Amino acid sequence: MAIEIKMPALSPTMEEGTLAKWLVKEGDTVKSGDIMAEIETDKATMEFEAVDEGTVAKILVAEGTDNVKVGTAIMLLAGEGEDAATAAVGAGDATKEDSAQGNAAADETKPADTVEDSAHPAQEKVDTGARQLFDAASHKAEVADPEVPAGTEMVRTTVREALRDAMAEEMRADDRVFVMGEEVAQYQGAYKVTQGLLDEFGDRRVIDTPITEYGFAGIGTGAAMGGLKPIVEFMTFNFAMQAIDHIINSAAKTNYMSGGQMRCPIVFRGPNGAASRVGAQHSQNYGPWYASVPGLIVIAPYDAADAKGLLKAAIRSEDPVVFLENELMYGRSFDVPKLDDWVLPIGKARIMRPGKDVTIVSYSIGVGLALEAAETLAGEGIDAEVIDLRTLRPLDKETVLKSLAKTNRLVVAEEGWPTCSIASEIMAICMEEGFDDLDAPVLRVANEDVPLPYAANLEKLALIDAARIVTAVKKVCYK
Amino acid sequence: MARAPRASEPPLPNRERPGEPQPYEATNDELLQFYKEMLLIRRFEEKAGQLYGLGLIGGFCHLYIGQEAVAVGLQSALDGEKDSVITGYRDHGHMLAYGIDPQVIMAELTGRAAGISRGKGGSMHMFSTEHKFYGGHGIVGAQVSLGAGLAFKHKYSGDGGVCMAYFGDGAANQGQVYEAFNMAELWKLPIIFVIENNQYAMGTSVNRASSEDQLYRRGESFRIPGIQVDGMDVLACRGAAETALEWVRAGKGPVILEMKTYRYRGHSMSDPAKYRSREEVQAVRDKSDPIEHVKRLLEERGVKEDELKSLEQAIRKQVNAAADFAEQTPEPEPAELYTDVLVERY
Repeated sequence: MAIEIKMPALSPTMEEGTLAKWLVKEGDTVKSGDIMAEIETDKATMEFEAVDEGTVAKILVAEGTDNVKVGTAIMLLAGEGEDAATAAVGAGDATKEDSAQGNAAADETKPADTVEDSAHPAQEKVDTGARQLFDAASHKAEVADPEVPAGTEMVRTTVREALRDAMAEEMRADDRVFVMGEEVAQYQGAYKVTQGLLDEFGDRRVIDTPITEYGFAGIGTGAAMGGLKPIVEFMTFNFAMQAIDHIINSAAKTNYMSGGQMRCPIVFRGPNGAASRVGAQHSQNYGPWYASVPGLIVIAPYDAADAKGLLKAAIRSEDPVVFLENELMYGRSFDVPKLDDWVLPIGKARIMRPGKDVTIVSYSIGVGLALEAAETLAGEGIDAEVIDLRTLRPLDKETVLKSLAKTNRLVVAEEGWPTCSIASEIMAICMEEGFDDLDAPVLRVANEDVPLPYAANLEKLALIDAARIVTAVKKVCYK
Repeated sequence: MARAPRASEPPLPNRERPGEPQPYEATNDELLQFYKEMLLIRRFEEKAGQLYGLGLIGGFCHLYIGQEAVAVGLQSALDGEKDSVITGYRDHGHMLAYGIDPQVIMAELTGRAAGISRGKGGSMHMFSTEHKFYGGHGIVGAQVSLGAGLAFKHKYSGDGGVCMAYFGDGAANQGQVYEAFNMAELWKLPIIFVIENNQYAMGTSVNRASSEDQLYRRGESFRIPGIQVDGMDVLACRGAAETALEWVRAGKGPVILEMKTYRYRGHSMSDPAKYRSREEVQAVRDKSDPIEHVKRLLEERGVKEDELKSLEQAIRKQVNAAADFAEQTPEPEPAELYTDVLVERY
């Protein structure tokens, strides 16, 4: 029996990809380690190696095909002693459908996904907590951002591209702006956020560093003290723990300690929070850590428009900014206003969905879950208002309290630990300044108070999900 | 303490190294100026110690007494228009050597509104961007990577400046120092790493803390050349600075200067310094004092004792005036508590 070679998942978040190029043809023999194809993920072009030995019996998905779902059969390999021609025929009908599906110009009468479902169950999708976060992150704001002028054309952009565009635009406008970090230049970014910047700006302004977070965070901070405007990329904020001394002791405090003489206009940016199945040391939300430090600005955007508008604002700011992105969000697409200079104000929350019965406050990837929960709740007659904080420091108390005054009930949803969290802070604000508006205690829905486990089932148990938000909302609504 | 041995070993054949520094040939005026600056630091620090004892200065206060030749000798070689200086918490001397007004420094030590950081920084956190003096940093070793950042700025903007980053023998064991060394050499940053080896990291002698106690060699695995310098001799300091600047300004990347020096006082005002004998300190004072050394040179050159005496009196007067000012000038307004946290309003 021929071996079916399937479209591989080449990153934790990859769902589909482009079969860019076949490097073998039908009739070729392959042995393990041979490179059979080049596959483009949303981040990079990867080489796809053979594991099994045999003869290429049939190529099922033509090169140049986009949107090939992970798990789709892309080739048949005849095993040793097996006749390639027989193997190809033997695979028969099922493969025909596959190649039709793979072909971009395919049979339009049959939706591609049904073909996939019937012919080949996709690679078994592990149901993880991160998967739920990732899926929920497809939710869009239900009302337009009042910052966008009416009639503005919108362009569908990934969060990744929006961040890159923000950096590129600011670098074009101001020679003092440069970006440094691990793999930001020649590799085009570990998560491809800095893709193309080296080509446009050269190695004077797009600088690869050794793996040396404490050192380059210090160099960036010193350069900012000297008058430049560095963007320091951390491959993830987990690694910034090695550099936290410079972020806090050097960057955040110097303006104050110098009586306003010495500024430090720097942006520390990179992915933050849980990714998919990467375990405890690579999965942590540092929002509450940095948000507790006077002298820092802390931003954690959800969608692409906010990512762009706020990163531009962060780069322009004269203050040090910690800009917390989310790996699971990078590939998500949203509408971004097509404006010459889309800059958002720092310190302003956004109402993502207006509602009258209860307020759900969240930020970063939690916003997707909050919107999903609001959808479910709407079906049950509860009209939830969803607020995206966007900036964690300074916190937009006014928007939160105004919403509370309207709904009288509030739940905070946070992808992070519950103890000493942003949720804790919001609860304190509601107690101190919104007590008279409360008809129920404020509740927080957060990750479990444990290091993030690796096992798929445990990860799912540990991470926040929409169902838990729904439960908490019903509780504060006494329903 | 014996004078430090002459600098580096013979150059390794596989790469270029800076030449042997020569003692600086100072004119009488220059020598007098060195003397004046060193004496100002000495008297200022003695006064600061006194004010600390009176409770007028609080917290940590690290005195520079004994190390004066280092800051004065090195900084006299810098171009004040373009070069930058950064150091750790033992920073009073470097500021005075840069000609920053003793009044605003002393007023910072007493926590007054007229202090150089408006009373919000204190002894360890003082800055003067006007003088390109970038602090005054309280975390041991932080100024080394920050200094590399200042050097990065010099190179990026092509302003021709060099950063001089001071740190101690204690900081020389911090990991980030080597991260900074690596990138500074990799990117050929214009920086002089100055290790002020005063023999003790708080109470731990170099030998007890450093597997390689010849600290000028600490850059070898990064291909950064190092020079050991007699930090008690202001002319040797200045000479070494000339050699280092020539190397760095030629675009050859960083260089390390290990300044063998000695602090007479404890690590900070609250350090009883039980880790060394009174005799050890006295021996250095008697044999190697950097100010006495210059004084002798001046006398040899025929500078009259009267002239030196009146100069000393003028400095004493200047320091007393700074102390009086620092005592009398008001504390910051309560509203100052909330200013300068952020630059912008959001």
